[in-house]
Amino acid sequence: MRRVLQAVGVLVGVSILVFLLIHLVPGDPVRLALGTRFDQETYEALRQRAGLDQPLVVQYVDWIASAVQGDLGVSFRSGRTVTSMILERLPATLALAFGAIVVALVMALTLGTIAALKQGSKIDHVATAISQFGISIPDFWMGILLILLFSLQLNLLPPSGYVSPLANPWEFLQHLIMPAVTVGVVSGSILTRFVRSSVLEALGEDYTRTARSKGLKERTILVGHILRNALIPTITVTGLQLAYLLSGVVVVEVVFAWQGLGLLAYNAVLGRDYPVLQGAVLLFAAFFLLVNLVVDLLYSYVDPRIRY
Amino acid sequence: MATDTTAATTEAGAPPAVDPRSRWRQILDLLVSNRLALFAMVVLGLVLLAAVFGPWLAPFGVNEVIVQDRLQAPGLDHIFGTDELGRDVFSRVLLGARASLVVGVVAVGISLTAGTLLGLIAGFYGGKTDDFIMRGMDVLFAFPAILMAIAVLAILGPGLVNAMIAIGIVYTPIFARITRGSVLSVREEVYVRAARSLGARDARLIGLHILPNVAAPIIVQTTISLAFAILSEAALSFLGLGVQPPAASWGRMLAEGRGFIQQAWWMAVFPGLAIFVTVLSFNLIGDALRDVLDPRQRSAIESRGLAG
Repeated sequence: MRRVLQAVGVLVGVSILVFLLIHLVPGDPVRLALGTRFDQETYEALRQRAGLDQPLVVQYVDWIASAVQGDLGVSFRSGRTVTSMILERLPATLALAFGAIVVALVMALTLGTIAALKQGSKIDHVATAISQFGISIPDFWMGILLILLFSLQLNLLPPSGYVSPLANPWEFLQHLIMPAVTVGVVSGSILTRFVRSSVLEALGEDYTRTARSKGLKERTILVGHILRNALIPTITVTGLQLAYLLSGVVVVEVVFAWQGLGLLAYNAVLGRDYPVLQGAVLLFAAFFLLVNLVVDLLYSYVDPRIRY
Repeated sequence: MATDTTAATTEAGAPPAVDPRSRWRQILDLLVSNRLALFAMVVLGLVLLAAVFGPWLAPFGVNEVIVQDRLQAPGLDHIFGTDELGRDVFSRVLLGARASLVVGVVAVGISLTAGTLLGLIAGFYGGKTDDFIMRGMDVLFAFPAILMAIAVLAILGPGLVNAMIAIGIVYTPIFARITRGSVLSVREEVYVRAARSLGARDARLIGLHILPNVAAPIIVQTTISLAFAILSEAALSFLGLGVQPPAASWGRMLAEGRGFIQQAWWMAVFPGLAIFVTVLSFNLIGDALRDVLDPRQRSAIESRGLAG
């Protein structure tokens, strides 16, 4: 319960910062957003709609009260509600994040387990090197290299864009592969190290020795004893990785023109569309906090020694 | 700087009692004996050389346009080829090192100073001060790194200096957390209590007795943060929010190269390679330093060595 309250407290802090975003911009945000398309009527309407003529505290209370009810204001650019714009983009980002996690887990579990089982061997060194490379590679560069190889040279995958899975599931998957791999490899690299050390630890445990002395098949020991025990902490770290993964999503969406929240936030920055930026940033941060909270609670559930 | 603080510690009679110079010498020896770290230091030496002496080393000017040579593939005249305006990619990669290093170093300098200071205060005074500072850090931590930097740049406007500030803010909480954690573990050590009973003032206690003894994890984090900061700078410049033309920057070159990927793969490949190699080097040194400086980690490696 304390942990939940703490998360709510942090969320309030986050919302204040996000709210202040529009006020920290030097100059008049509405005037800046309208730019050359300025006309007095739209200007007044937008200002009033954004509540910018009210005292700061009143503005915040109004803003957060509407935000809680799902009203994040109106875009300075398109005139649509921010909520509808975000909802439209949310599935794409969730799909990308999910795809990336699948890539990361497959990579980490295979590489990490093999590396641990063959500790000190060439395979181990190669796996360690791959994970070191994966942590150091700029994701946007990797995205470009993948496009270069798989789209332009081999003509296997579409270079960019997003297709709704409802419209065409097959094309959706084709478009998803490269962005998901790009985002997933970075997280997968960090996870690989983690899986490797967890499996190494489990290998030295008594239950593994017992299983082995019982004459169980290596395969059974690996799946039933070692991986099962190594998996619990891995899931926790995966949860935490999900949050870092979101950071990668923003840039990779731009590289692949993936019509998600990251691209929306980026375009909002370029277009000085502050309400949209606020909405997207708030959602990302809230999601991060929620994932962290769930992971922490799960962890204390799995390991009763941890209490919040 | 680090050597100075350690020297000061020994004068003041606080542990460790080893001659500080030999301690740093020892660390250096260990680093040199690690082949990967040695390789990384050589690479970083070259990058530093390019950053400082780039204008004299580069065969062509950074914005020297040779129209008849535009989009030339790598060859004898232009070993990394030329871009769409006929500028030499190799020269631009050399000169791009400066922007990357300067932004990386200054940004980490900001996070290091602010984060360490906040962490020291939070850990040393505890109670309400601690709560206030660390909850604030939690709030900053809740934003995905790149998105936070983008939001800061949306307020400040794009540019080199603002990118440093943005990245500096993003990585402050990590330093605060690490410092605070270490301070908590040494705060009640005998030598701190002894110094306090001798009537040492808070500033003296923190600066002379606590800081030198929490330095190791901070140094490791600094190296790793340099890697992240350079990645972030590249990402921001890639998005057009960091270093502005006509200055050369790796991220910016990648963004430009992306548009010509079909005709000129070298425009995107070489700047990305430069980012990758630089970041990899910082990570390798960070790992090696952790092995040497962080005793817990070291024992983990030793025990692993014994197990294998």
